[in-house]
Amino acid sequence: MVTRAVDAPGPAMRRRRVRANGAGTSLSLGVAVVYLSLIVLIPLAALAWKAVGGGWSQFWTAVTSPEAVAALRLTFEVTGAAVAINAVMGTLIAWVLVRDAFPGRAVVDVLLDLPFALPTIVAGLTLLSLYGVNGPLGVNIAYTKAGIVLALMFVTLPFSVRAVQPVLAALDRDMEDAAATLGAGPFTIARRVVLPNLAPAILSGIGLAFSRAIGEFGAVVLIAGNLPFKTETASVYIFGQIENDNAQGAAAAALVLLVASLVLLVIFGFLESRVTRHEG
Amino acid sequence: MKARFGLRAIAGVYLALVLVGPLVIVFWSAFRHGVGPVWDAISSPDAVAALKLTLLTAAIAVPANTIFGILAALVLARRRFPGRRAVSALIDLPLALSPVVVGLALVLVWGRAGWFGPWAINHGVSVIFSTPGIVLATMVVSLPFVTRELVPVLRELGIEQQEAAATLGANPLQIVWRITLPAVRYGLIYGVVLTTARVIGEFGAVAVVSGNIAGQSQTMTLYVEDRFQEFDLVGAYSASVLLACISIATVVVLRLLNRRGVQ
Repeated sequence: MVTRAVDAPGPAMRRRRVRANGAGTSLSLGVAVVYLSLIVLIPLAALAWKAVGGGWSQFWTAVTSPEAVAALRLTFEVTGAAVAINAVMGTLIAWVLVRDAFPGRAVVDVLLDLPFALPTIVAGLTLLSLYGVNGPLGVNIAYTKAGIVLALMFVTLPFSVRAVQPVLAALDRDMEDAAATLGAGPFTIARRVVLPNLAPAILSGIGLAFSRAIGEFGAVVLIAGNLPFKTETASVYIFGQIENDNAQGAAAAALVLLVASLVLLVIFGFLESRVTRHEG
Repeated sequence: MKARFGLRAIAGVYLALVLVGPLVIVFWSAFRHGVGPVWDAISSPDAVAALKLTLLTAAIAVPANTIFGILAALVLARRRFPGRRAVSALIDLPLALSPVVVGLALVLVWGRAGWFGPWAINHGVSVIFSTPGIVLATMVVSLPFVTRELVPVLRELGIEQQEAAATLGANPLQIVWRITLPAVRYGLIYGVVLTTARVIGEFGAVAVVSGNIAGQSQTMTLYVEDRFQEFDLVGAYSASVLLACISIATVVVLRLLNRRGVQ
């Protein structure tokens, strides 16, 4: 709101500002666009060109090869499972962090940022050291789907918790109190009052987690190993195709992943705009 | 009350199984036989070379993305121009890209058979399988952070002070350097810390573009993977502990910055 006010200065000020900043901003914009083109736009154009430049039939053949289909299907399966589990557990953890005063809450809160900052390869290694072949618990998740789901749960946990946490903290408790005075039990209140209010936040957390998990490589690669048709996710498949000098096959599968991510971003943006409108 | 303790217990067990347990085990495995083996592992020539390459990469990629991030944030927060939303979306795009896809895209541009690769090689620069490729890959994946942190704080700051400086005769560079940046410094530091953490921790994109030659084109994260594949668990865990300590420091710094009123 404050921005709106200072954004609309009198005519004299406006002229002054153009003279002071006009050339500078055009230069900034130019530099930014060139940098962005070199870093993002041109590489992605090269990728798209490699994928479909040889014609759609070539692209189609590449993405419908049995190994590519198996990898893409597995990716959506494990991502869906991990994101669904974290949608529930992330909401639950957010609730405990916001509503439940327990000793050590601040430490847990800080700890939840760790999967953001921890290198993904280290995340994969830590999971293998506890749940791998010689792990102390006697379970072995190496080369299993469950292991991949676990890795994706690890990397997406902050997305699920942080999407819900601020909304829950800002939630007015009058509604819950009113429901309680009308005789609703805790589960009814959670189901009919709290969850509907959190739904947009939970959905946006799902979107973010999905678009992160779908392309995850570092956390998955050690656990997935290199077993085509079994534990090969799309990113591991793409990596393998690059190593085998099949750039076209890699690019085709990469384009599918990229488009899936973009669709998720659009859905997420749509949900976010709905949440914002709801609050405004 | 019972339900509350039940939820607390479920959350605690989940966090212990997914987050805390694995981390504790890595520290425990690394230091099981004391500090000596860990120190030997991370002071081996290959580990030191990997650490040096990681620091060199950060020393180039972080300033480059910081300068870009400041420019882009100033433009996005202050100007309305055609294509503004497209620029904003493009800056966010790396967050939605698989690191492997980023690496592949760079190979297709700068590789031997890529768009600009032959030209670069003719001019004596090999990008892929070499340090420039590694730097470039980390620049792509860490591109959004500074801009994303700065745009909201710049909007909140408004432009009154900068206009005052302009009427007093300050030039645009002076205004940015002496008025704008000091005012948004916590947001800027927050973005730079996020960028640095991402650059140091990047694995997938770097794995594709680097030749992964020990002592030459191996960053810390590639070194961890290499040691693991070679069954040198002490080496892998030791390097992991070092990286985990950097991550923990990052998270703590971000939290302290948050207390200062960022976000």
